Amino acid sequence: MTSTRSATLFALALLAPALIYILTIVAYPLVDTIILSFTNASLRPGYDFIGWANYERIFGAGNFTEVIVRTFIWTFFSVSLKMIIGMAGAVLLNAAIPGQIVFRILTMPPWIVPMAIGIFMWGWMYNGQFGMISGLLQNFGITNGPIAWLAYGETAFWATIITDVWIGVPMVTIYFLAAMQSIPRDLHEAAWTDGAGRFYRFRRITVPLMVPAIITMSLLSLIATFNSFDIIWILTQGGPSGSTTTMIIDTYKTAMGSRRYGEGAARAVVISLFVTAFCIVYFRAVRKLQQGEAK
Amino acid sequence: MSDVARSTEVAAADSKASVQTQPKAKARRGLWSASRPMIDRYSLLEVIGLYAGIALFLFFVLAPFIEGFLVSLKPLAQLFSTPYSFIPKNGSFAAYFSMWESVPALGMHIFNSFFISTVVTAIVVAIVVPAAYAFARFNFTGAGLLLAGFLAVNMFSGAVLLIPLFRLMRTLGLLNTYWAMIVPGAAFLIPSSVWLLRTYMMRIPRELDEAAWVDGASRLYTLRRVILPLAMPGVVVVAIMTFIGAYAQQFIFALTFNSKTEFMPLPVGLFAFFGKQEVIWNELMAASFVGILPVMIVIVFLQSYLVAGLTAGAVKQ
Repeated sequence: MTSTRSATLFALALLAPALIYILTIVAYPLVDTIILSFTNASLRPGYDFIGWANYERIFGAGNFTEVIVRTFIWTFFSVSLKMIIGMAGAVLLNAAIPGQIVFRILTMPPWIVPMAIGIFMWGWMYNGQFGMISGLLQNFGITNGPIAWLAYGETAFWATIITDVWIGVPMVTIYFLAAMQSIPRDLHEAAWTDGAGRFYRFRRITVPLMVPAIITMSLLSLIATFNSFDIIWILTQGGPSGSTTTMIIDTYKTAMGSRRYGEGAARAVVISLFVTAFCIVYFRAVRKLQQGEAK
Repeated sequence: MSDVARSTEVAAADSKASVQTQPKAKARRGLWSASRPMIDRYSLLEVIGLYAGIALFLFFVLAPFIEGFLVSLKPLAQLFSTPYSFIPKNGSFAAYFSMWESVPALGMHIFNSFFISTVVTAIVVAIVVPAAYAFARFNFTGAGLLLAGFLAVNMFSGAVLLIPLFRLMRTLGLLNTYWAMIVPGAAFLIPSSVWLLRTYMMRIPRELDEAAWVDGASRLYTLRRVILPLAMPGVVVVAIMTFIGAYAQQFIFALTFNSKTEFMPLPVGLFAFFGKQEVIWNELMAASFVGILPVMIVIVFLQSYLVAGLTAGAVKQ
């Protein structure tokens, strides 16, 4: 194509709608968050700049570091379980057995159903008196009395993780399955000819070749999980007594519950800093993987 | 079913753009038939283990739906009784009829969910097609940086930006309208769609653009008449992925930016079943199933596109 200048102009014209849209709806609010975090904005019209006071307050209160630590633990377990169960699911669905296609379709519902609906169903399952989990455990005589999973800090923490895993697993499974199928079959056949068993082939062929997919998926999953809001909000609203309050929930409560916009914005900025750090790791990893592929 | 199977394979193979061909129809051969490749033969114990594993996996995935369906069949009095019984006694579909009276706006909520997702999809596709083409074909200065910027948007959830977005919606006068849910909803779906479609368009040979150029076609004409028709399968994948994203994740904006019952999508509208005294669980579950059924049926037929969309985005590139 000729004349790079007109080509550039044309490209920019094509990009303009997307650019303007993102700048207005994402970039501007991001900048606004940073500005707000240095103010005492609330429901009242107008606000004053108060310097670092919001940051001093949230880090001075002590429970904010607790929230950060909790968020990381919650995210760590959720992402790890998604990866492990997703990998197991991919292996199972990859086996050449009748019914394969049906099983794959049956894996998808948690991903495509509105999240809130799936979460309502889990909410009922966790009910101590009438829910399925407590009910079946009692019917089989494993536990004596009812267990209200969402009523205690410890169990509510794990209950929200399990629901988050449930929503994330289909995507991870299908992604891993696709990565698994792109491994050349010749490799497996060659190893098989040499007498390598199934488990050995999985460990020495499948897993090493899936490392890029595993890294990509776990980072994407990490970012999504870190930002997870709906599940905790619908199941526990951060309770009981703050045991499931992650950073997002904490920010939402401060901003939308107490209407302390300035302080909420400061909390949002801290989240954004963590997310930016994940981003940088992600881009680095992707670049490294691509370079590795090129060699 | 074999049609679905075939299209899955085609879509999967296509999305990888690989030269290697998948062995066709391995799932359709009998487990112990002689035509089955030796490497795919399992011992009886392995087969039992595989099916047991799949059963366990699918039970985890589907348990809430099974429980939800059984709950929708149980009368409310039985729901709130102990001891727990998994199977409904004298179950009926009564809740599927009474729910329309308990929450008169239910039909509206179901429609709203569908409507919001459809408009979001239309906006995203209209914005993403030209943008993806620009990223796929033109190496202008700063293109890489701009693309990275787009992808970074993906990392911020709406929840983090809720406060300024709320203020922005208030300034624009969009609070308590459909647009309060549509506008921010679309913004967070644009970046990954740009990425997906760009990947797809990069596979269309550049020679086609150049041939059109030589023949005197304008750039816009080339995009419209040469590239767009060829990229149509990719556009369809993007549209479906966007729709699912808009449909499955509509909650936080609807919860925060809209308080009018007539505009609420299903996930928020369902809170109407949370009464002051008790939650009408059987009707809540019945409403959930009726609400998602139309989309579910469509998705079953389109599932191969979902797989293609998920894989094309990231495995390669």
